[in-house]
Amino acid sequence: MSDDNLFELKAVAKRFKKGKETISIFDDLNMHIKRGDFLAIMGPSGSGKTTLLNLLGGVDQPTSGEVSFDGARIDSLSEGQLATWRANNIGFIFQFYNLMPMLNAAKNVELPLLLTNLSGKERQQRVETALKLVGLADRAKHMPSEMSGGQLQRVAIARAVVSDPKLLLCDEPTGDLDRNTADEILEMLQLLNREFGKTIVMVTHDPAAARYATHTLHLDKGQFVDKDEPVLQEKSA
Amino acid sequence: MKDLYLVYKNLTRKKLRLFLTSFAIFIAFLIFGAVTALQGALNSGVEMSADNRLVVFNKINFTQSLPYAYVNKVSGIDGVKDVTFANWFGGYYQEPANQVVTMAVDPDTYFDVYEELQVDTQQKANWLQNQAGVMVGERLATVNNWKIGDRIPISSNIFSNKDGGQTWDLVVEGIFTGKDPQVDTGYMVFHYKYFMETQSWGGDYVGWIVLTTDDPAINEQVAKAIDENFANSQAETDTSTEKAFNKAFIEQIGNIGLIIFGVVFMAFFTILVLVGNTMVLAIRERTSEIAVLKTLGFSSPRIFRMILTESCLLAFLGGLLGLGAAYLAVGALSKMMARFLPNLVLGEDIILQALGYMLLLGLITGIAPAYRALRLNIITAFARG
Repeated sequence: MSDDNLFELKAVAKRFKKGKETISIFDDLNMHIKRGDFLAIMGPSGSGKTTLLNLLGGVDQPTSGEVSFDGARIDSLSEGQLATWRANNIGFIFQFYNLMPMLNAAKNVELPLLLTNLSGKERQQRVETALKLVGLADRAKHMPSEMSGGQLQRVAIARAVVSDPKLLLCDEPTGDLDRNTADEILEMLQLLNREFGKTIVMVTHDPAAARYATHTLHLDKGQFVDKDEPVLQEKSA
Repeated sequence: MKDLYLVYKNLTRKKLRLFLTSFAIFIAFLIFGAVTALQGALNSGVEMSADNRLVVFNKINFTQSLPYAYVNKVSGIDGVKDVTFANWFGGYYQEPANQVVTMAVDPDTYFDVYEELQVDTQQKANWLQNQAGVMVGERLATVNNWKIGDRIPISSNIFSNKDGGQTWDLVVEGIFTGKDPQVDTGYMVFHYKYFMETQSWGGDYVGWIVLTTDDPAINEQVAKAIDENFANSQAETDTSTEKAFNKAFIEQIGNIGLIIFGVVFMAFFTILVLVGNTMVLAIRERTSEIAVLKTLGFSSPRIFRMILTESCLLAFLGGLLGLGAAYLAVGALSKMMARFLPNLVLGEDIILQALGYMLLLGLITGIAPAYRALRLNIITAFARG
């Protein structure tokens, strides 16, 4: 595995049992993600995008094959080890934000830090920095029910980056937003990639969203098609 | 923010549900505290009975008297340590509704047999010297605000005085206390000899005889010897341990233990179903949130603990409030019913028992949803939305 690669999948297969039938999502899938990449994964429904994201996020295990992160295999880790690995390395951004409704913005952002040994003061400082980064420092005490979709997703981004993970996994991060708000969110992701060097993998249906990525991979029936198409560095007008 | 904060926020997120559920638990523990205290009060005579103390009654029933001569005969039986006797007086203070448990006893031996009662040596000496003196139990003295030296007219609804009246003027010479708060001190005793000399019926009899044996192991043997000694006499006896007698006396009312068990069981069963159902629903509603926590890296055992903590907190919230209310209610009732239920107290044993039940309730109602959360698969949870 090259030192440049953050993620590497080798001959990965993923199959599900549905009654007596076995459904194959991937069969011999190979890919690598370089450090600092902003990768968009596109494809029709049922192409395996979400399954791939689950494998990359360590919330699912391959049926066979190897999944390596930063040079270490993660496909053989136990559920508990994977939970720790996720807490240390991955930031998640979901389509529907998935914030805790009973916690205010700051407390939501603080959640991943509860899994660290940071003191209360250190956690608070990090939360403030993350909320500043997404432009919501003044909304720290606001409850999710008091915020718009764009603001909720920005809180979710702050939560994803607050523990300084190596990889951000975004599942349709703009799927629930209008165009302008979606662009704001995507610009923020682009900023995190360019200015802070975050490696980002984003699953999306939206070609306009994919244009913010440095690479786009198309999945179809469990296989990549038109791999490594030209990098689109800048947002099209 | 710590896990406990998350637990607290989850617990309080639906205020009405929290109120209704904890109110139900509150009621259950209010019932438990009050009813168990009542059971304790009814059973206190049984609980506090000395293991080696026997009571000898007339075989016909305990309201029939025994010849005075039996006292000496009982003293002579092998294995008998101390002997005393008493006679029911049936007293009231000022008006018949104001019942005062009063007994005429042998002042020389009474407190030797009832070792759980504490008497000041000087007060006892004064009492022995004054035939019209009375030793009052601490609780009874407190209820009536009686002090040493007070002259108290006590009337009997059974006996008449030789002067034609039904009232005896007695002087409080001492106040006896119990070695344990559960010891009954809600009665008073005065001189048997004085009673016999002043009451109109006269006679040479005692109500019942109380004795202690050298060893509880020989209780049965001594009881048998006493009853055999008086077999085929004018007044046959029925001797039993004080514990057995008190238990049989209480059971005349009905099987109190079973009734109380039934009430408490129904209350807890209802609560178990209600709180269990509430917890299951509450956690089911949070399926996707639990999946998010797991995705962020919260381990399954940690989430399991958080849910169990939540259910235990809920049980303790309602339970402690209910127990507190029971404590206040029992305290108030105890003052109102001091004459009838002198030992009505919500003691440490009931509190500890209730705390145990709260913990048990929390664990039982939380275990199913906690286990469900433990086993929750992230992908399946997100797929369900």
